[in-house]
Amino acid sequence: MAQFIQQIINGLNVGSIYALIALGYTMVYGIVKLINFAHGDILMIGAYFGFFALATFNVPFGLALVISMILCALVGMAIDRLAYKPLRNAPRISALITALGMSMLLQNLFRLLFGAQPRRMPAVIELKRIEIAPGIAISNLAIITILLSVGLMLLLEFVVKKTKTGKAMRAVSEDKAAAKLMGVNVDKTISITFAIGSALGAVGGLLYAINYYQVEPYMGMMPGLKAFVAAVLGGIGVLPGAMLGGFVIGLIETLTKGYISTTWADAFVFGILIIVLIFKPAGILGKNTREKV
Amino acid sequence: MDKKVISGYIKNITAIMVVYAIIFYLIQIKVINNYYNGILILAGIYIIVAASLNLATGYLGQLALGHAGFMAIGAYTAALFAIAVDLPKYVELVAGLILGGVVAGIFGLIIGIPALRLRGDYLGIVTLGFGEIIRIALLNLSFTGGAAGLKGIPRYVNFTEIYFLVVLVIAFLFAFIRSRHGRAILSIKEDEIAAESVGIPTTFYKVYGFVVSAFIAGVGGGALGFYQRILDPKKFNFMFSVEFFIIVVLGGMGSITGTILAALALAFINEFLYSIDELRLVIYALTLIILMIFKSDGLLGRKEFSLIKLLNRFSKKTKIENAD
Repeated sequence: MAQFIQQIINGLNVGSIYALIALGYTMVYGIVKLINFAHGDILMIGAYFGFFALATFNVPFGLALVISMILCALVGMAIDRLAYKPLRNAPRISALITALGMSMLLQNLFRLLFGAQPRRMPAVIELKRIEIAPGIAISNLAIITILLSVGLMLLLEFVVKKTKTGKAMRAVSEDKAAAKLMGVNVDKTISITFAIGSALGAVGGLLYAINYYQVEPYMGMMPGLKAFVAAVLGGIGVLPGAMLGGFVIGLIETLTKGYISTTWADAFVFGILIIVLIFKPAGILGKNTREKV
Repeated sequence: MDKKVISGYIKNITAIMVVYAIIFYLIQIKVINNYYNGILILAGIYIIVAASLNLATGYLGQLALGHAGFMAIGAYTAALFAIAVDLPKYVELVAGLILGGVVAGIFGLIIGIPALRLRGDYLGIVTLGFGEIIRIALLNLSFTGGAAGLKGIPRYVNFTEIYFLVVLVIAFLFAFIRSRHGRAILSIKEDEIAAESVGIPTTFYKVYGFVVSAFIAGVGGGALGFYQRILDPKKFNFMFSVEFFIIVVLGGMGSITGTILAALALAFINEFLYSIDELRLVIYALTLIILMIFKSDGLLGRKEFSLIKLLNRFSKKTKIENAD
């Protein structure tokens, strides 16, 4: 039992990171109907910015986090402006290929600039294990990760539901043309969406790098993919769905690792994607939408 | 049959044999040495797999990112079959390739049905995940040789075999695309809703096209195993799938001859740029993005190179000159 609870705690830790990343996927998908393959690499970039801030400039963790978020938000907006905006009305597949190309570009550009060797993330916080019950321990890092993630998710929920920008975002994702007629600045709203999604991705990336102690150019691929699976599982385009999906995927992954097999855990996650698409393609919290011609 | 059609066939077959004879002769007199011969064979395999991907992406309009996975399935099936049985060379080769293709096709069916039933871009992510599952499975299963790879595959494929396999696959694809089924597939890419409303069973044709694509990719994978004699599961990763994707996009989505040209070009460029791998991939990525923004159906678009048309144009020109 103690081991099971321990696994659940670990699962929540990883899951909260996936949830943060999944939010970025789902927001962008909701607003421009594009699977942003480059989102996984945004988290890699966020981790690199955080790494340089922490290791090279020795700034405190909180500041590094903010710097990384701001820079990633700018990168996300730039990607949208340069690569996706010209293709807003192009066939879907062109936009997808561009996203794929962008993902490849970011990975290999960072490999070219900083080398393929993984770099060791400095220990930001002195690792302490807090025993909450016999045999069950939670590290302070896990607490920070979970609290930070949940806090940001609540903040996002507030922004989307209560602010004017959030209202614009919801309007654009519902009907772009109608939103434009109502005086919503569509391009600006999309830019803001990319910025917020990328900033959350940066936090996810930095936390991921701290949890696994390293940064490398291809680190974004796997968590990015799993986060996407999480977004689909929760219902793509639905914000609470992405959070739920993230936690579920994190739990499934750690439980598979703990009880079935370490090597097969990733295969399990993708297997789930296929099963979800068979039985509930709209995801757990998704609605079936009727198609308009 | 129409006289024109027959003469067209004859011209094409003659051209294929002449090109074969020239390259074969060049290999014999060592103008094309072993090194270049190897690149040619790899280019042949690239052509097969990229052409199959073009069917899924260029003609069907679906993003498929797991063709390395189908290749791996075909390669391992064919190789394990050839190792297990003891039959004459060509029987094993043909049976192995077909078996590899069939098993890849079955996997294509299994993942194609859930992903293609839905409208939207799920196929891309499902195939991507599927490719990863296959890679992980190959690394961890014992009968595939695990991480050490599968060794001791007989070498059944050389230039002659790959050349005619490419010809066969390309001829099949042309015939397929121009058939009733092919037109149905094209119509889905053009407008899925319109295709459905004129009575085309879109899900059926999407799955059908995708399974055919997986089948051919499996055959290409089988050929790779029979050429390399060793299969390394780590090779069949996401980047390998993406390389085929780049070939398709460069050659033109919806142009088989474009794919052939791009595969040949990339096989050689890859070889020369191998030492600066990072830069190579940065250049490819930039090419993809810039192409999509400025010419979204690839370099050649949907144009096909046609020998017959070229010959007709020449003969017309000479006729006009003679008349003068």
